[in-house]
Amino acid sequence: MIIEDWGLIDYVEGLARQKRCVQSVMQGAADRLVLCEHPPVLTLGRMTNPDSLLYQHKDIEARGVAIVSVDRGGDVTLHAPGQLVVYPVFNLTHQDKNLKIYMEKLEELAVDLLKNFGILAISISGQRGVFVGKDKIISIGVGVRKWVTYHGLGINVNTDLSLFNLIKPCGLNVQMTSMQQLKGHPLPMEDVKAKAIEQFQEKFRK
Amino acid sequence: MTKIILPELGEGITKATIACWHAKPGDELEAGQEVCEAVTDKASFVIEAPVAGKLQSIDVKEGQEGLVGGVLGTIG
Repeated sequence: MIIEDWGLIDYVEGLARQKRCVQSVMQGAADRLVLCEHPPVLTLGRMTNPDSLLYQHKDIEARGVAIVSVDRGGDVTLHAPGQLVVYPVFNLTHQDKNLKIYMEKLEELAVDLLKNFGILAISISGQRGVFVGKDKIISIGVGVRKWVTYHGLGINVNTDLSLFNLIKPCGLNVQMTSMQQLKGHPLPMEDVKAKAIEQFQEKFRK
Repeated sequence: MTKIILPELGEGITKATIACWHAKPGDELEAGQEVCEAVTDKASFVIEAPVAGKLQSIDVKEGQEGLVGGVLGTIG
């Protein structure tokens, strides 16, 4: 597994880079684990309900949040600095060729990651993501092409949670929380990245 | 006529919802081109054209559920 840290990267540029990673993994390159953050952006899937955006586009953009339509299913998602985005680009034909097992592993990994920081989280059957009580802390959205995975996790470490007031995340009436909010202080992003890498190496060991 | 089939997504997964079609009937497709996206409760799976040709029909529309092994559309 090759680890790549892209730092703060524009969403569209990151998506193009991720697609190139998917192509190379499809052609036999080693699995990649990409970590990054994105400047504030709302990504709109093909199934975005117009009601999921609670303000007009111009008002959202005036707050410094870009809006990007993406060629995927699903509703609206938000990325912003302080949110650790992890894109596992893994060839599942080398592991369990089973979407359900892959998703369960990601959820388990997300719960274990938070446990390292003293946060007790759960996954909820039928809902994407990981929750603390009723509040969502990690969003999970996975795509698979030719059994190579892309997209991944949005871990709210020190995310400005007020940005989520612009939308209904994933079209749900769900409150978002962050590690910062739960711990009462910002967490060093590098520590969360290091633990996330450890978790992936442990759970996806071949 | 070649069928576009909803493939096996893993043990225990029997159906998926079609989130979106990337082509409409009449569009020319290349083999391997992404044609639609199937969504289970947690993940999306891109389905590709099994052969080159014209998309003849969409049998499972956006928002509808397809069964694993079932026909989503046809290419001819």
